[in-house]
Amino acid sequence: MSKDYEVVIGLEVHAELKTQTKIFCSCSTAFGAEPNTQTCPICAGFPGVLPVLNKKVVDLAITTGLALNCEIPNICKFDRKNYFYPDSPKAYQISQFDMPICINGYLDIDVEGRRKRIGINRVHMEEDAGKLVHQGDITTTPFSLVDLNRCGIPLLEIVSEPDMRSAQEARAYMEKLRAMLLFAGVSDCKMQEGSLRCDANVSVRPIGQVEFGTRTEIKNLNSFRALERAIEYEAARHIEAIKGGETLVQETRTWDEEKQLTRSMRSKEEAHDYRYFPEPDLLPLKISQEWVNSIRAAFPEMPEQAQKRLVEEYGLPEYDAQILTLTPDSLAFFDQCLKQYPDAKTISNWMMGEFNRLLNQNNMEIGESKVTAAGLVQMLKSIDDGTISGKMAKMVLEEMFATGNCPEVIIREKGLVQISDEGTLLTLIDDIIKTNPKVVEDYKSGKEKAFGFFAGQIMKATQGQANPTLVNKLLKDRLNHIQ
Amino acid sequence: MELFELTVHALQQKLASRQVSSEEIVKSIFARINKVDDKVKAFITLTEEDALNKAREVDNAGQYKGIAGIPLGLKDLFCTPGVNTTCGSKMLADFVPTYASTAFRRLEEQQGILAGKLNMDEFAMGSSTENSSFFATCNPWDLTRVPGGSSGGSAAAVSADEVPFSLGTDTGGSIRQPASFCGVVGMKPTYGRVSRWGVIAFASSLDQVGVISKDVYDNALIMKIIAGHDHLDSTSAALDVPDYTACLDGDIKGLRVAYPQEYFGSGVDAAIKDAIKKALLKYEELGAIVEEVSLPHSEYALPAYYLVAPAEASANLARFDGVRYGYRDNEAENMEAMFSQTRCQGFGDEVKRRIMLGTYALSSGYYDAYYLKALKVRRLIADDFTRVFKDFDIIVAPTTPTTAFKLGKQSGDPLTLYMNDILTVPVNMAGLPGMSIPCGFDQGMPIGMQIIGKAFDEATIYKAAYAYEQSTNFHTMKPALGVE
Ligand SMILES: [Zn+2]
Repeated sequence: MSKDYEVVIGLEVHAELKTQTKIFCSCSTAFGAEPNTQTCPICAGFPGVLPVLNKKVVDLAITTGLALNCEIPNICKFDRKNYFYPDSPKAYQISQFDMPICINGYLDIDVEGRRKRIGINRVHMEEDAGKLVHQGDITTTPFSLVDLNRCGIPLLEIVSEPDMRSAQEARAYMEKLRAMLLFAGVSDCKMQEGSLRCDANVSVRPIGQVEFGTRTEIKNLNSFRALERAIEYEAARHIEAIKGGETLVQETRTWDEEKQLTRSMRSKEEAHDYRYFPEPDLLPLKISQEWVNSIRAAFPEMPEQAQKRLVEEYGLPEYDAQILTLTPDSLAFFDQCLKQYPDAKTISNWMMGEFNRLLNQNNMEIGESKVTAAGLVQMLKSIDDGTISGKMAKMVLEEMFATGNCPEVIIREKGLVQISDEGTLLTLIDDIIKTNPKVVEDYKSGKEKAFGFFAGQIMKATQGQANPTLVNKLLKDRLNHIQ
Repeated sequence: MELFELTVHALQQKLASRQVSSEEIVKSIFARINKVDDKVKAFITLTEEDALNKAREVDNAGQYKGIAGIPLGLKDLFCTPGVNTTCGSKMLADFVPTYASTAFRRLEEQQGILAGKLNMDEFAMGSSTENSSFFATCNPWDLTRVPGGSSGGSAAAVSADEVPFSLGTDTGGSIRQPASFCGVVGMKPTYGRVSRWGVIAFASSLDQVGVISKDVYDNALIMKIIAGHDHLDSTSAALDVPDYTACLDGDIKGLRVAYPQEYFGSGVDAAIKDAIKKALLKYEELGAIVEEVSLPHSEYALPAYYLVAPAEASANLARFDGVRYGYRDNEAENMEAMFSQTRCQGFGDEVKRRIMLGTYALSSGYYDAYYLKALKVRRLIADDFTRVFKDFDIIVAPTTPTTAFKLGKQSGDPLTLYMNDILTVPVNMAGLPGMSIPCGFDQGMPIGMQIIGKAFDEATIYKAAYAYEQSTNFHTMKPALGVE
């Protein structure tokens, strides 16, 4: 990025709330049901029906507001946002316009060791729309099918201030926000399934300029990586345009994941006039201090508190603490391990290392894996008591990951028992020393490699089952005693 | 008297004393409908077979509690499971709901019997029932005149003795104005008193369900059944509903009655003003204290109403897009055209006019000048009433500036037609209860007196209306209809 320009980013995040039922009717919110099986006259927008607000949605919105350090005004209201589209059965969305449930919050992010505060402008409640299914492109498809299952699923829209100055900061904000929402139990935040969605507002201005540059809104950002890449692309496009003397237009653009670029969707002139007005079917919502207090009292541990605990109580490095608290599942896994195994750093090393590698390789979350905390602890104990080596443990973990079997079974079935019998090992060592006098000479003349050769031969002879620590000790002993 | 002529409470007595069966009543009603409805044209749909079956069920059970076995009519915007609910529109000509409106469900739980669905101005927009997509309803007192609207079918059917009572809705006068035109009793209760669940919406912050009946007692009796909180309607009030019939004792000594000078202006026919003045004298005679008051913001109610109501309607009616139910233009070439052609062909002129008005009023750049300002006016109107109700129990005024006008006379002139609501609209804007009861005739056409009460104080309105009714005989007069 050019040093003369500064990119300004604000994010609008939609999080699907974790409720059993929809926001204004009692239909189920379960994901993946047959089309139009989770609908009723209310969410399908039939004549004469009325919305009734799901209280759980308000609970979760308040929880989010508290997690994001927001003010929660004692009254908020719902508004109608009007637009025609077949996925919107009432042709308006019930949302909150000028009196949202939460305002004026913030979120602290850490980028390259520096802490930065990102303002939260507002958090508001609204209903999701349905889904259109068509053949190929909507402009040429012979027909469109409408699935209203998603209609009326509760959403929170979380709008940041334009406080971010790089794609990296935007990503850090999203990651942190996701962790907060997960810890607060508000949303399951699956970007691929669309339960966490993000639009980015991007503008660029010369360093030192106070006014914002022309802003574009980027949609269809389905992963952290897409968010980062799209912002980088868009910022570069703006800078190029400014340098080239072009006028940027305020517009909505979409991120093309395949081509890795943004494309224009609609300009400001084509923008909808949503004709917001107060929703007459719902009374203004009063939120008492008692309501807020009761939610505050039942508040779960948030990532920052957990990090502090990990560092202060268990002596973990800051970095470990941050990684382990990216999701509540990961923290819970760690905490469970720690109950049965005293060495926090060893647990952390395995979780962040080998286990994490396997998860990433398989594109899985910790909660989806077959490896249990008890299993990992059993494995660690087997290393400690010398039953298996660290290297074997990696194989065991891989097997645990694949089959879900416990380490004991895997060790037995694979015959992975470590040879720690000194007599057996010494016989082997003596044998190898005897048959390789030249290498012994090399060793004596100071060639370190020679030691490795002997160790390797022993591991080979035992098919990797020799206790490496013991082999090293015995081998050194024998070699040093040869005249 | 024939069975079809009787009030609900008279029928209740006959059923309880086993003088008649529900089947006889229902048969009498349908005989009457067959005889007069080709003249009056109150009904869009008749449910004779179901009604007879239900009546026999009630008779077989032999329990006549509440309104068990008594027939009723519904304005055709109350959703009735299995029975067409058209809202007076081509758009919903074939729409059959799966769910029941709460008001109807409460009547059905007492085994009230649906006789049919009644004509109305399309989507309740109009004051003459001429805006129905299907046909115009005629005033039983003069078949060349309108019955009023939008609940014109509901008022005409009760007036013509086709049903003992009916339900209507009132957004700007749609119960009180037709009740007045047809010489029957119509009550629009306080906003929030009766659930709007299952009632096809026109303007959600103004719509209210009410009762049209032959006399005040029946009205109070039915209101008690349908009123009260409903968990399906967040705007329905969680307040106890008094037993309205219990306060009908005719004793109104010391009742403080106000009449607002603004409701007796030059736009109101002299005969109507005279009739109301006479009624006020009657109130004094009965021991009430009668005084003139001012409601200075009344004149702004109509323009404000014609911003708020169309604005809400423009959103409420946006769902009729041909996608899931109702009329659809199948010739359309693409989605956009399907939307616009469906709506263009499915809605009538008045509905389209109001959708356009409302869309405009809500448009960005106009919202503050129109919709927001109208909401402020609404507050001022409500404050006017609050001030008067500090010193008075009820307000008495004419219901309409004229009696029923000729069919076709105002249909090409929306502005004149809108003036019909001028005396009823302020009550909706303030969310208050208002009633119209017969109080005289002008050249053979009924005149209605409007009684306005404090929020959720329908009881005092009923009490005052009953006292007046008992000392007069206007409610006992019936249109000739050229059949007897
Ligand atoms: Zn539903």
